[in-house]
Amino acid sequence: MKYAIFLGCTVPVRNLSYELSARRAAACLGVEFVDIPEFSCCGYPTRSVHHETSLLLAARNLALAEERGLDICTLCSACTSVLTEASRKLATDEGLLEKVNRSLGAVGRRYLGKVRVKHLARVFYEDVGPDAIKNAVKRPLDAFRIASHYGCHYLKPSEIYDRFDHPEVPKSLDELVTATGAQAVDYATKKECCGGAILAVDEELALRMARAKLDDIKASGADAINLICPFCSVMYGANQRKIQTKYGAKYDLPIMYYPQVLGLALGIDAEELGLSQNPVKPRAILAKIS
Amino acid sequence: MERGSSAEKDGVVVTVLDPKFKYEIATEPGGENIKYCFQCGTCTSGCPVAELDGKYNPRRIIRMAILGMRERVLSSDFIWLCSTCYTCYERCPQDVRITEVMNALKNMAVRAGYVHPAFRAQAELIAAHGRLYEVDEFTNEKRAELGLPTLPSGSPEVAEIYGMTGLASLLSGKGA
Repeated sequence: MKYAIFLGCTVPVRNLSYELSARRAAACLGVEFVDIPEFSCCGYPTRSVHHETSLLLAARNLALAEERGLDICTLCSACTSVLTEASRKLATDEGLLEKVNRSLGAVGRRYLGKVRVKHLARVFYEDVGPDAIKNAVKRPLDAFRIASHYGCHYLKPSEIYDRFDHPEVPKSLDELVTATGAQAVDYATKKECCGGAILAVDEELALRMARAKLDDIKASGADAINLICPFCSVMYGANQRKIQTKYGAKYDLPIMYYPQVLGLALGIDAEELGLSQNPVKPRAILAKIS
Repeated sequence: MERGSSAEKDGVVVTVLDPKFKYEIATEPGGENIKYCFQCGTCTSGCPVAELDGKYNPRRIIRMAILGMRERVLSSDFIWLCSTCYTCYERCPQDVRITEVMNALKNMAVRAGYVHPAFRAQAELIAAHGRLYEVDEFTNEKRAELGLPTLPSGSPEVAEIYGMTGLASLLSGKGA
């Protein structure tokens, strides 16, 4: 299990604890990561503005991994969707691949269409597997109730992800949580979008989207929200205080990245998983562990 | 029904509608299936944005586009309110691929000179730094402290791609 690790834009600058815990937890389970410094933005943010530019940015990133003979493991769900879709299209549409390569040639790159892309959570789910995780657990998190937020681009559009999990009845994150010994909490708005993509267009509306879900998760009695996307973490973590102030609510609901949940169960020290850097600190959870 | 600026009295002016608009959308990447829409409303009923604010209504936007309301659709802020969650895309019984249709409309809007300021800012940041956020010295110091590899602070190849596709000139307002 060897992948080029694709950090994207937000993780390596603003969500270092996600990157830190991903590297530590993966190494613990035999997933090897190779860094490619030339990786750029995946192309997702330019998709709405200029389709061709977005495709070329994605193809360039795929070419960089291919040069090293590696598949890609992504941390951000938006990177996952744009890179997966590009890899799918370029693997099946020779005309498009040729056209893309004419442009990539100008920056000294060429893509043959060989790279596959997987989100970190899918790597844990498919390559490692819940059973192997269960066997590797040193400190079962059985005192915790954890609500998973799947987000959108991890599972949709489902046709580009081989339907490895069902977009309407997802279970992979819950199974990954259960594998750590924690209780996976179900809640009504489980599949709803965080609103991150429209935060800069209509902040109020985006915050209302996140708020509805925070209300629901709080009511479910969960100790923490399990996240796998840095954009979702902006909505539920970084903006949680803002939502509380704006709507007079009180959540104090810690967010945790899945590799942090997993890392704790694997016995990795909380500090090494960057837990003290999370926007809403999981103090109660850590107190229960130590 | 839209009213033209040259409307005499209060009559509905059908001529301001552009019957070719839907065909144009269908040639845009992502817009191919727009004409399959039979207005069932499944998209809007499952849309998390429409649920909270009626100014975004995918069924209505598609209807307006098919009717040929070019300017109204391309110049409106509502097309930028799609959260790209793909719920409508998954559920659409006609495979209209609404999320992609919205992307196609946004691409066309940009070419018509209506780029939303937030999306313009994002595109410009990526051209300048290769990423949405600049990896500055401070970030690299923090990364090194945590034992994470340092990252280059820009990507000349990304800027070159912007030049090649015409996005750089589109953003600077010089046209593609």
